[in-house]
Amino acid sequence: MNILVCVKQVPGSNNVEVDPVTGVLKRNGIQSKINPYDLYGIETALTLAEKYGGSVESITMGPPQAKAVIEETVCMGAKCGTVLTDRKFAGADVLATAYTLSQGIKKCGEYDLIICGKQTTDGDTAQVGAEVAEYLGLPNLSNVLSIDDFKDGKLYVTASLDDKVVKMSVALPCLISVDGDINTPRLPSYKIKKGLKEDAVKFLTFADFDDQNADHYGLTGSATQVERIFPPEKNEQKFNVVGDAESQSEELFGLLKSKKLI
Amino acid sequence: MYNKVTKEDLAVLQNIVGESEVLFGDAINPDYAHDELGGIEKMPEALVRVRTTEQVSAVMKHAYEHSIPVTVRGSGTGLVGAAVPVEGGILLETTKMNKILSLDKNTLTVTVQPGVLLMELAAFAEENDFLYPPDPGEKSATIGGNISTNAGGMRAVKYGVTRDYVRSLTVVMPNGEILTLGATVAKNSSGYSLKDLVIGSEGTLCVICEAVLKLVPLPKVSVSLLVPFKDMKSAIEAVPKIICTKVIPTAIEYMSRDTILFSEDYLGKKFPDTKNDAYILLTFDGNTDAQVDQDMSIVADLCLEIGALDAYIVDTEERKKSVWSARGAFLEAIKASTTEMDECDVVVPVNKVDEFIKYTHALAEKYSVRIPSFGHAGDGNLHVYICRDALEQEKWEETLTACFDDMYKKAEALGGLVSGEHGIGYAKKEFLKKQYGETPIAIMQGIKKVFDPKNILNPGKVCF
Repeated sequence: MNILVCVKQVPGSNNVEVDPVTGVLKRNGIQSKINPYDLYGIETALTLAEKYGGSVESITMGPPQAKAVIEETVCMGAKCGTVLTDRKFAGADVLATAYTLSQGIKKCGEYDLIICGKQTTDGDTAQVGAEVAEYLGLPNLSNVLSIDDFKDGKLYVTASLDDKVVKMSVALPCLISVDGDINTPRLPSYKIKKGLKEDAVKFLTFADFDDQNADHYGLTGSATQVERIFPPEKNEQKFNVVGDAESQSEELFGLLKSKKLI
Repeated sequence: MYNKVTKEDLAVLQNIVGESEVLFGDAINPDYAHDELGGIEKMPEALVRVRTTEQVSAVMKHAYEHSIPVTVRGSGTGLVGAAVPVEGGILLETTKMNKILSLDKNTLTVTVQPGVLLMELAAFAEENDFLYPPDPGEKSATIGGNISTNAGGMRAVKYGVTRDYVRSLTVVMPNGEILTLGATVAKNSSGYSLKDLVIGSEGTLCVICEAVLKLVPLPKVSVSLLVPFKDMKSAIEAVPKIICTKVIPTAIEYMSRDTILFSEDYLGKKFPDTKNDAYILLTFDGNTDAQVDQDMSIVADLCLEIGALDAYIVDTEERKKSVWSARGAFLEAIKASTTEMDECDVVVPVNKVDEFIKYTHALAEKYSVRIPSFGHAGDGNLHVYICRDALEQEKWEETLTACFDDMYKKAEALGGLVSGEHGIGYAKKEFLKKQYGETPIAIMQGIKKVFDPKNILNPGKVCF
């Protein structure tokens, strides 16, 4: 099973400030890291490849320094990866990002399975996976909670819908977006990092793509324009459960169950 | 020798702290009869929840005048029965004295009441770009408890222990007198250090009501390394070699696969790697990526050279959480894996850690008992647990005594001491007496008598 994992470089801290005037994230001095949700995707891919054979590659779109996140996937066990980088890709919204990724994926090779994290911690749209699938003409399953089996060319998964959990099967090739906590991602290996070779990461630019219409990429290829970025309101809502032990435990159980925490 | 708590006493106590803050008889939750592991249970006659130093003073004055024993209790997370009221009397609970009173950025100190939890202080310091370095595994312990046991924790290799961060203490003496010991100064050669006598005295000398604690600037970068080895012998033998590199990690912890698996069960959360039998977990901190990266690389290269199977990089908040939350749960996880257990918290010279751990493995075979362990390989403080599992009561007691005798003898032979950070309390008194002998114990008893001539404060602990 040849698997490709889509990853993104995001700010290293969840407490990134937003410039109140420009609405731009203050990234200066903030370290970057691989999007935490993508780590679940990488672990899912590596586990599947270990179990059923095959290899894992990764892909990202970003500035040249996004090479670091591809190297990190290699340190976790991926064979190699690709950075899609070009000034023409800058300012892309969800749609343009998905289109750029789909163009890049076509140039990288043939894959049985493409895995995305559920969402990113900086954009939070949770739409790129589904849109990449659409552009590639692949079936897509989102919010995958577990991979239960793989047989006869079909993947059997459990996925979360808003108010229910469903079991589904999908024939390969396909794209899945995995939920957080689907597994515990393995740690990057210092041993691999030390022996990392230059050719572990390759770069593709606009010039390498099939679609040479620059208007389909970056800001001009975006269907949405950002009007304002602002930090979400902090919700510190507290909930008091009152009553005797029995009614308290019943109410608490109901509350936790309704939020699918148990 | 001691008087029981009477109705008249209860009325006085209620008058001091308010009616709702004095509990007695069946109204006291049985949990107040014990701590987490001390192996001793005794209910107090009255539970008194104090909020101010003045209330503590008034309670102590009354108890002193009426010869009522008083035992101080924080969160009750101790492991040697130090907060168990073995003589009954009053249990003075300090968890409502839980205010962080001030932060002084000029002297790099924070002033706290004793009931502030370690996790609250750690978060407060971090929010203000400071670090409170002592980092025991039990984050819900109170600072008062940490000071009373001179708690150490996982950063002791580089930063030292609680004692190194206490500038001054406001205490209430057994007779109710309020004193300030030490001062907000960096140096002090002004007579005997009474403050340092109180630190680690496990509530036997006076009641800690306020502490001025030193903070350090928060290091900007922190990275951990999880280093797998084929067996515990190779892992432990790596530690002295790491120390010889002169890189000073913040922490050097060792852990076995078994313990990690208990922790997975206990937390319901997988650890990032369980393929190998033994691991060393190290942390490096500093102010630049380059500095931390260099330190980490020196140690990682050395580990690979001497047989480590890899060195996994733990560099993001999520990765740190996945590794360190498991480490923080080891005690509870081992406890959940057996029917009953007791622990040995010895400290040995850092270059003897491997010898001691190997000795515990030999003991496990000799007595056919399970002895998991984990601990601070970098500072020589080990947490060794003897698990009862399916042993009959008589056999269990016999095995426990034999194991403890052997382990404390071995620790002594290696130049170690009875307790590294959990204290002596009630459970380890006999081992302390055996190791120290008559004169040091007599000096301790003399000190206790000077502070507490009527022996009403936490009687029956440490040296009595």
